[in-house]
Parts: sequence; C-alpha cells; structure tokens
Amino acid sequence: MNLSVNLPGLSLKNPVMPASGCFGFGKEFAQFYDLEELGAVIMKAATGSQRFGNATPRVAETASGMLNAIGLQNPGVDQIITDEVPFLKERQVPIIANVAGSTVEEYVTVTGKISEHVDAIELNISCPNVKEGGVQFGTDATLAAEVTAEVVSASHVPVYVKLSPNVTDIVEMAQAVESAGASGLSMVNTLTGMRINPKTRKPIIANGTGGLSGAAIKPISIRMIHQVYQAVDLPIIGMGGIESADDVIEYLLAGANAVAIGSANFKNPFICKEIIDELPETLEKYGFSKIDDVIGGAHIEKDPTHLLRS
Amino acid sequence: MNRESMTILHHERIAKDTYQLVLKGKLVDQIEDPGQFVHLLIDGFYLRRPVSIADYDKSSGTVTLLYKVLGEGTKALTRKSVGEQLDVLGPGGQGFPLKSIQTQRALIIGGGIGIPPLYSLAKHLHNQGVTIISVLGFQSMDDAFLVDEFEKFGEVYITTDDGSLGRKGLVTDPLSELEGTFDTYFTCGPTPMLKAVSERLSDIPGYISMEERMGCGIGACFACVVESPDKKGYRRICCDGPVFRSEEVVLS
Repeated sequence: MNLSVNLPGLSLKNPVMPASGCFGFGKEFAQFYDLEELGAVIMKAATGSQRFGNATPRVAETASGMLNAIGLQNPGVDQIITDEVPFLKERQVPIIANVAGSTVEEYVTVTGKISEHVDAIELNISCPNVKEGGVQFGTDATLAAEVTAEVVSASHVPVYVKLSPNVTDIVEMAQAVESAGASGLSMVNTLTGMRINPKTRKPIIANGTGGLSGAAIKPISIRMIHQVYQAVDLPIIGMGGIESADDVIEYLLAGANAVAIGSANFKNPFICKEIIDELPETLEKYGFSKIDDVIGGAHIEKDPTHLLRS
Repeated sequence: MNRESMTILHHERIAKDTYQLVLKGKLVDQIEDPGQFVHLLIDGFYLRRPVSIADYDKSSGTVTLLYKVLGEGTKALTRKSVGEQLDVLGPGGQGFPLKSIQTQRALIIGGGIGIPPLYSLAKHLHNQGVTIISVLGFQSMDDAFLVDEFEKFGEVYITTDDGSLGRKGLVTDPLSELEGTFDTYFTCGPTPMLKAVSERLSDIPGYISMEERMGCGIGACFACVVESPDKKGYRRICCDGPVFRSEEVVLS
C-alpha cells in the first residue's frame, strides 16, 4: 500500500516521524533500525547558543504518561549544523529542525542558519520548561503571529508552528499563525503539569512543573486537531500519546496529515518502525486503500447524507 | 543494545524490600563490563526502570539483578513469577572499564542498592588477582545483603545507620584507618555519598557509578545528565556513564 504523504517542503514516504526532543538527533536510534524507514526526522530543539538545561530530576512518571522538564538542552545551532545534521543528511530521510529561543531575534537567527540545511522548520513556541520565551509566544495570539511572521521571512524552507495546548482557544492560535504565513501546524506540545513527592513535600521534578506527554494527553490533542482542522487550511502534523497504528488512524481521522511519535520511543525504541510496518494492515482493517482517504475522515458533518439523517 | 523478552529463572526476596531476579536471554552476550545496566518495562507503567547488573554468566546466558522496592513500579515487579517474561532493553551504558583499569589493591565502597554493580566488579577484579577491601553501608541489619559474598573476596567493613550490623555510621567513617591500603577506589550509592567519598579520596584514582531518573535510557532524551568540568559541560548518565572517573563529573 502506498503510504506516502506530500506536505509543504516534505515528501514523506509514510506519515510517521519521531517527535522533537524524544529522538535526539537520531544517532542513538540508528542502532535499532535504519532511519530511512521513517517518514521524516524532527530534530531536538536548536537554540542560538549552547544550553545546559534544567537541574535533575528532569522526568517523572504519571498515570499513562510522563512529565519532563529537560529545559531545551542542546549544543547550539552552529554545532548542530556541523556535528549533528550531516549524520541525518547521509540518509534518505527528510529533516525537520525544531527551532526554539528566548527572543524573536534568537528565533530568527537560528532559523536563518539552520533552514539552509533542512527540509522544514518546526517553530517551537510551546516549550513549557524554560523561563524566558518559549511558551510565552505560544499562549498569546499576537506574539505568536509576530514571531511566526519574522521566522517565515527568515526561513529558506516551509515553517510548521508547534502549538501549545496550554491555551483556552486553540483555534485562535492556529488562525493567528496561519495569517502570519505558517505553512503548517504541529499539534500539540506537552501540557504543563506537576507531581509532588509526599515524603519530601516537594515537586518530583527539580523545575517544579514539567510537560505532560504520553497516552494521557491523546484525547486532548485529538480534540484540538479536530477543532483546528475545521477552522484553518494548513496541514497538521499530529502528536500526543501515539503508541500504535490504530492511534495513527485516529489522528488522521481527526484531521492530521502526518503524525509524530514522542514518549513511546522511550518505552520501545523500535516503536516508529513497528507502527510503520503495521500501518498498511491497519488501514486495510478499517477499509482504507490510501492515506489520503483517512485524513479528516472524522468530519462527517461535511457529508450531506449524515446531515440529512440528523 | 537490544530489546528482548527475557525469561525469569529465579525471583526471591533477599533483604528488606530487596529482591534478586535472575533472567535468561541472548542480550547477556552483549555485556562488556561490570557496572552496565538493563532497562526493565513493568506492565502498567509508562517509563522503564534502570537496574544495574549485579552478576552475569555468558555461558548460561543469565543475568542477576538486585533491586529495591522504592515505589509502585518496583512493587509491581515483585509480583512477577518464575517462568514469566520480562521486556528488557540492554545492556546499557559504560561500565567499569576492566581493560584499562590499573589496580593491585582496590577499595570498594557501596551504599545500599548501589552495592550490586560493585559485586560483579569485585568478582572480576578478584579473579584477576587484585586485592579487595570492601566497605558496605546499609540502613540496618535487615537491609543488608551480599555481605558473605564480598567476604569471599577479602576484608569487609560494614556500617549501618542504626548500628544494628557492623559499626554505626557512614561508609566514609572507616576510610581514615584504610589510608594507604589501596591504590584505586570504586564506589556506587546515593549521590551525597559519592560526593563525600570522592572529596575524601580526591588524591586517589577513583571510579564512581551514578544513578538518576531516566527517560529513554539510550542517550537521546537528556533526562539523566550530570555536570562535567570540561568544555562539553555535561555527561549523560545512561550512555556516557553510569560509571565515570571521579574527576569526569561534578557532583552536587
């Protein structure tokens, strides 16, 4: 079965890619399978200069998921270009660079540099774990539009904006970045959460709060994609708690054009490959003959026969 | 490193909240050095649990793990029975580099559930003819394990928090009387203990084995980092460690 999906800047052989921050720059996972099996690779966030991240502990388990507050640790954009990108470039797999920053200027600088070496940018305005920037841009529609417009004009490749679920109105955010020139959306980043250790009476994560990911957030992400699909014309890379080919179908039905797999890579480093292998059979199980027929398939209200029935 | 469904050959309680688990499988063949770990997936829990390798036997394809019940996940692990399968990722990390370690007289300092990886190390060093002195610290007599086994390798000093076994106090207490009796130290335990030991023995070559809450366990997620004094600024405990030369990391 043909699993290919075409998106701005990205010709994907299948709609499955690892999510940013859960896959490093690919080297560690290349020991388990050939990265060319993936639809694309989304690299760990790049910032203007090296960042050492937050104090440890940086992760905590939750019911059906986990909290993390890594704090965007990365070697900085220049070193990522020289030391990390070449490894991925040697492989036939599209590369998406996740770009983060504390100021609009930093986002612009990083984008200008790294967009010469990758196929698309994932604009990270939704990291909840850094003190400055990040999610501030992702929870205010005016700021989100401003940084998106600047990054789009600095970028040599299409820009996908990664939205934060920590907002009251996700549609407003999606529309703001659409009108600012985004080529696509990435939905969603983690939800801010906290766990407290009864023995120490303190949060388990040193940062206090962390980003909640895993199966626990899947229904929230599905709901948000379902809402946004109806309101904007941008392609969506969906993510949040995907652990099976069935989950992928659910995301595509909600309106995602492709999906990213995050925390599940920690449980099972083979998960992306296993889901890609299972996808044809699962599509067949639900009566689909190609990916395009699944995308947005849950929006039955657009089908007149269903309108008549109601 | 690989992912494998390993068979439980043996599973028993050996001390208070402490269990011995023997697993059989192919990934045992990939173990390079003592001090490496395996990452266990426990049914119903989201993150894997890193557990150090206490002993291994390549001829029989078995690995021995000792773990302590510290929360719901390890409590659930105690209910796994002999004959059942366990989802294991491993072997992970860099252990004690046996080929490059130069020692004639080794001091082993272990605290609580940090002791298991030192057992495998001590066994290897003892087989190479190295003289072994061990200092093992526990909360109390009920928590103590592997004491008889370490005594087979040489002199053993025991400390407990309440004095119910050995002397009352910390593992650092016997160090003053052991001065000059060893050329290299090897330690594993809680980070404050590692810090106290490495500061006390700062003029002697040493190897420390660290633990931290992990995400992926393979070096991709940057959950388990420790500061390093060089330009790089950090080490990942899961893949650059868990064993480091004492001067390689900054403990806090």
